[in-house]
Amino acid sequence: MNDLATYNFAYLDEQTKRMIRRAILKAVAIPGYQVPFASREMPMPYGWGTGGVQVTASILGPNDVLKVIDQGADDTTNAVSIRAFFQKVADVAVTTKTKDATIIQTRHRIPEETLKEGQTLVYQVPIPEPLRFLEPRETETRKMHALEEYGLMHVKLYEDIARNGHIATTYAYPVKVEGRYVMDPSPTPKFDNPKMHMSEALQLFGAGREKRIYAVPPYTEVVSLDFEDHPFEIQQFDKPCALCGAENVYLDEVVLDDKGGRMFVCSDTDHCEDRRAHGHAGQMLARPTQESQEAAE
Amino acid sequence: MAAQSQIYAGAFADPVFQAQSVFRALMDCFARPGTVASLAALASPPSPLGKASGAVALTLCDHDTPVWLSPALAKSAVPQWIAFHTGAPVTETKDDARFAFIERGGAVPSFDQFALGTQEYPDRSTTLVIEVEAFTGGQPLIAKGPGIKDETIIAPTGLPDLFLEFWTANRAIFPRGIDLLLAAGDAVLCLPRTTKLSLDENARDTGGKPPHTFPYPARKEA
Repeated sequence: MNDLATYNFAYLDEQTKRMIRRAILKAVAIPGYQVPFASREMPMPYGWGTGGVQVTASILGPNDVLKVIDQGADDTTNAVSIRAFFQKVADVAVTTKTKDATIIQTRHRIPEETLKEGQTLVYQVPIPEPLRFLEPRETETRKMHALEEYGLMHVKLYEDIARNGHIATTYAYPVKVEGRYVMDPSPTPKFDNPKMHMSEALQLFGAGREKRIYAVPPYTEVVSLDFEDHPFEIQQFDKPCALCGAENVYLDEVVLDDKGGRMFVCSDTDHCEDRRAHGHAGQMLARPTQESQEAAE
Repeated sequence: MAAQSQIYAGAFADPVFQAQSVFRALMDCFARPGTVASLAALASPPSPLGKASGAVALTLCDHDTPVWLSPALAKSAVPQWIAFHTGAPVTETKDDARFAFIERGGAVPSFDQFALGTQEYPDRSTTLVIEVEAFTGGQPLIAKGPGIKDETIIAPTGLPDLFLEFWTANRAIFPRGIDLLLAAGDAVLCLPRTTKLSLDENARDTGGKPPHTFPYPARKEA
């Protein structure tokens, strides 16, 4: 506890937390609308999840169990450092198990396991404005949201079709929330978009550099934009996970050698480990049991 | 001196963790409208402000948030209590206020007198804290919208007669509009501007009592 004495609980001072908490409540009340907030400098660079960290720090309490994932993995740099940060400044319990967590901070994935009531998913968002690459001026994008003028976004998707024959946007795929605001679901693969629709969990989005917080309450309509003749589709994978054999999950490609060898594995490490612990095995899973038995003999 | 000790006492004993627990209850209630949550930490503000409303003020108000108080609250020791414990300026102009507090039984002005936000910045609107008698026994209202699976029924006692009209007008100007926090005893019920309320037709015959099917009405088999 001596380490804690130099910081307020969860690093942020109380006035900052109140400011962020007020922004969160307004964000929940206007689903998909980006609430400006006075983002603070955090002891990590922009782009490392400062928005998500500030949201998590403001909602976190001593009874919470925190899980942090980076591209679905619990053991990559960003996830490990943010988890260690909250262990240090909030002395909070952490887990890698999706079902045990009350708060899950995520960079660019939604866990495969369906989230439940009482869980809160906190996204780290680099660019919260879905219209930013179409219209660089904040004054204009704000007016477009105010007037519900989203024709430009459909033109962008149409141009995808004209050039490629299909909608080529694969991540940060724009969604419409509760029939009103077009929202950037942060750079999650579009594979995850259907999980946001009518989720039982509260979803909060924090963008530190861009100073915006937005939210999707539970049981809220989240519809991916599409056309009648080009309906929204998620990615399909030819093979199941090479380690746990899971199908209908999002897979990462891992290059194995310089001769074109590769494998596809679950991006959600907890889901993959859980399946293997329950006896599921994929094609390339090493089975050490036989060899180690022989070695023992 | 009695008045003075009223002003200086009654805040959270453990501000960091108690404010966090109150905020989490409020966040869950705004995310799941119609849910009644008992606050784990309460304040003891001067009468006539209630314990739950006091806790909300301590959790969310500070020097950035002008507060409007109903005439009865403005006459009491509450303005000094809020000033001392939160630093929030008290305003007499309703549409300057980020938060507004109305004690139990106090007259509720129509919601469009408060800040409603703008089409560009709908978040710049007042959050109203209204104290009611209880969360049961009143006219049942069907609530639908984000955060509510299918529908739920709320039946607070002590709402103003014109409440449903105020609320329908507020819902009609979405995304602008106020957000509402009802407080009774140690509990709160939150209604974000997205929630649609309508009279429960089935409950009219029951003399204003909530139907037996609370909280989710049974569906008739097709």
